[in-house]
Amino acid sequence: MNIIVCVKQIPDPETPAASFKVDEAAKKVIPAQGIAPVVNPYDPQATEAALRLNEADGGGKVTVISLGPDTARDAIKHALAMGADEGILITGPEFEGIDNFQTAKALGAAIQKLGGADLVLMGRAAADWDMGVVPTGVASILGVPVVTLAKAIEKAGGALKVERVLDDGFQTVEVNTPAVVSVSNEFGEPRYPQLRQIMLAAKKTVQVWGAGDLGIADQLGAGNRDLTLEALYVPKVESNVEIIEGDSPEEKARNLAQKLRAAKLI
Amino acid sequence: MAGILVIAEAANGALAPISGELIGAAKKLSAEGAGSVTALVAGDAALAQGLIAAGADNAIAATSANLATGTADAYVPAVEAALAQSGADIILLGQTSLGRDLGPALAFKLGTAVAMDCVELKVDGGKLRATRSAYGGNARAEVSFKNSPAIATVKAKSFDAPEGAAGSGSVSSIDAAGEPRVKVTGTSRAESTGIRIEDAPVVVAGGRGLGDESGFRMLEELSGLLKGATGASRAACDLGWYPPSQQVGLTGKTVSPNLYIAVAISGASQHMAGMAGSKNIVAINKDADANMVKVSKFAIVDDYKKVVPALIEEIK
Ligand SMILES: Cc1cc2nc3c(=O)[nH]c(=O)nc-3n(C[C@H](O)[C@H](O)[C@H](O)COP(=O)(O)OP(=O)(O)OC[C@H]3O[C@@H](n4cnc5c(N)ncnc54)[C@H](O)[C@@H]3O)c2cc1C
Ligand SMILES: Nc1ncnc2c1ncn2[C@@H]1O[C@H](COP(=O)(O)O)[C@@H](O)[C@H]1O
Repeated sequence: MNIIVCVKQIPDPETPAASFKVDEAAKKVIPAQGIAPVVNPYDPQATEAALRLNEADGGGKVTVISLGPDTARDAIKHALAMGADEGILITGPEFEGIDNFQTAKALGAAIQKLGGADLVLMGRAAADWDMGVVPTGVASILGVPVVTLAKAIEKAGGALKVERVLDDGFQTVEVNTPAVVSVSNEFGEPRYPQLRQIMLAAKKTVQVWGAGDLGIADQLGAGNRDLTLEALYVPKVESNVEIIEGDSPEEKARNLAQKLRAAKLI
Repeated sequence: MAGILVIAEAANGALAPISGELIGAAKKLSAEGAGSVTALVAGDAALAQGLIAAGADNAIAATSANLATGTADAYVPAVEAALAQSGADIILLGQTSLGRDLGPALAFKLGTAVAMDCVELKVDGGKLRATRSAYGGNARAEVSFKNSPAIATVKAKSFDAPEGAAGSGSVSSIDAAGEPRVKVTGTSRAESTGIRIEDAPVVVAGGRGLGDESGFRMLEELSGLLKGATGASRAACDLGWYPPSQQVGLTGKTVSPNLYIAVAISGASQHMAGMAGSKNIVAINKDADANMVKVSKFAIVDDYKKVVPALIEEIK
């Protein structure tokens, strides 16, 4: 299949709370010192899904798209090193401060410019804004169905069988291609690029597209957000912990039980 | 402001807890000037009547059988019809399997935006302002909407269902629905061993620090004694030690029990996002600097393998 995978570069979501800082006036996250941005953790799983589908099929093509600053090239390189064929970086000042809805429009336009695909794969959400709306948005722009939170994807003729995650279980669905599918963490570990592949990836082409190439420049810019960011801050957490002491773990446990009984918690 | 449309949900013929919470959220906005509360549910008039009893001003039964698929494709035309009927300019959904798909689908269909997983809603200057967590719970963002309707999905347990405040309006019905482009071929519900984790007054949860699956047998014994449920961090679920349906956190369940005992869980922001609303947190962790220890009421800093069995003995 001709598959497009969308990958986003984000601040490391495992940044400890203590290193996480916000510029409240600018309504922006201040990059944590010494913690490099990473590929959104679900997105390599989307790349993995694309590679597995084409491997099972014995052919096809995987194109990776990332919208972001110039450093987002690293997210594309990572997917190329995993085995994707080519990459497209969408970048430029017009994309700064845009919301997920504008991002969906830009990715949708880029996919249309590529002539569409049999399948567009994405992550279930980007772990910066934790929204999970771009896959549905891109599907809506392309006029194709979307299946979210995939745990497993299998090709069945011109259709896909997808196992997806529900709040309280799993569901299997069938959908005709072309379609958009978003992948959840239950999909499993993505492959880890080997040194040889990383070197091969350096030779693969990454095209760079700007707002002008997509024909939607008038919808970009922070001023055209559909969702206006009014405030961004770090919630305050107070610590009032009482450490339960004791000479042994067993004694600590007994003391805890007493405390819990006294507080009528058990 | 022209009113609020709540997309309620039902399971096994009864309204789901999120429905009451959404009506609670809508009534709060209504009191702040957002207009009347109309609630829609897929089902019959009797089910919709329950929404009035739960506090909605008006209710709509969406009767098309297509809605049983729970797909956004089926729901979008039904919601559009309900919007036309109610004139609402705010739509509230749950952050559930349905809302996660339907919220964005509506936003793109109606040329507006959706704020996902909101924890707070208010009317500010005649507009909806939604508060949601971002960056895995490390940040809070407040957002407003450029276009109408404003759409928000609401995180479970963020609002209380209204108490004893039945509405006085009427139930109407609509049969509009779309043809799902996605065919549901099977659904398997996680077999719930005992009490639902979302409803449990006590949750005992385990993390990667348990070291292996057998640690969970110990936690199950403790939660059993306390008539609670057993939960897990995502790290533990990803390792295959516990079913994902019991995962607590941003991408798992939201719980707010009276007592949450976190065993060998570090307290990453994404885990906290699912349990920070717990009334009393107890941490058992060998690291005194773990975030979970800092946010807890009581903590034991020691090896859980020695602490938990002693705790079980003492409680017995
Ligand atoms: C987008 C995204 C979404 C996520 N969603 C979720 C989510 O929904 N839920 C979730 O939980 N996580 C989620 N995570 C993962 C989260 O960031 C953490 O990685 C995860 O919660 C860590 O799990 P843990 O606390 O079990 O493991 P660790 O962080 O490894 O902590 C293990 C703890 O066990 C303690 N320990 C070790 N041995 C012992 C012992 N013998 N006795 C006592 N204590 C011991 C250690 O001191 C440590 O504090 C998400 C991450 C991302 C990026
Ligand atoms: N800037 C971006 N560039 C490429 N893909 C993106 C971008 N933003 C979102 N996506 C894709 O959409 C998914 C969901 O993102 P979101 O809806 O923003 O939470 C991500 O996992 C990516 O696959």
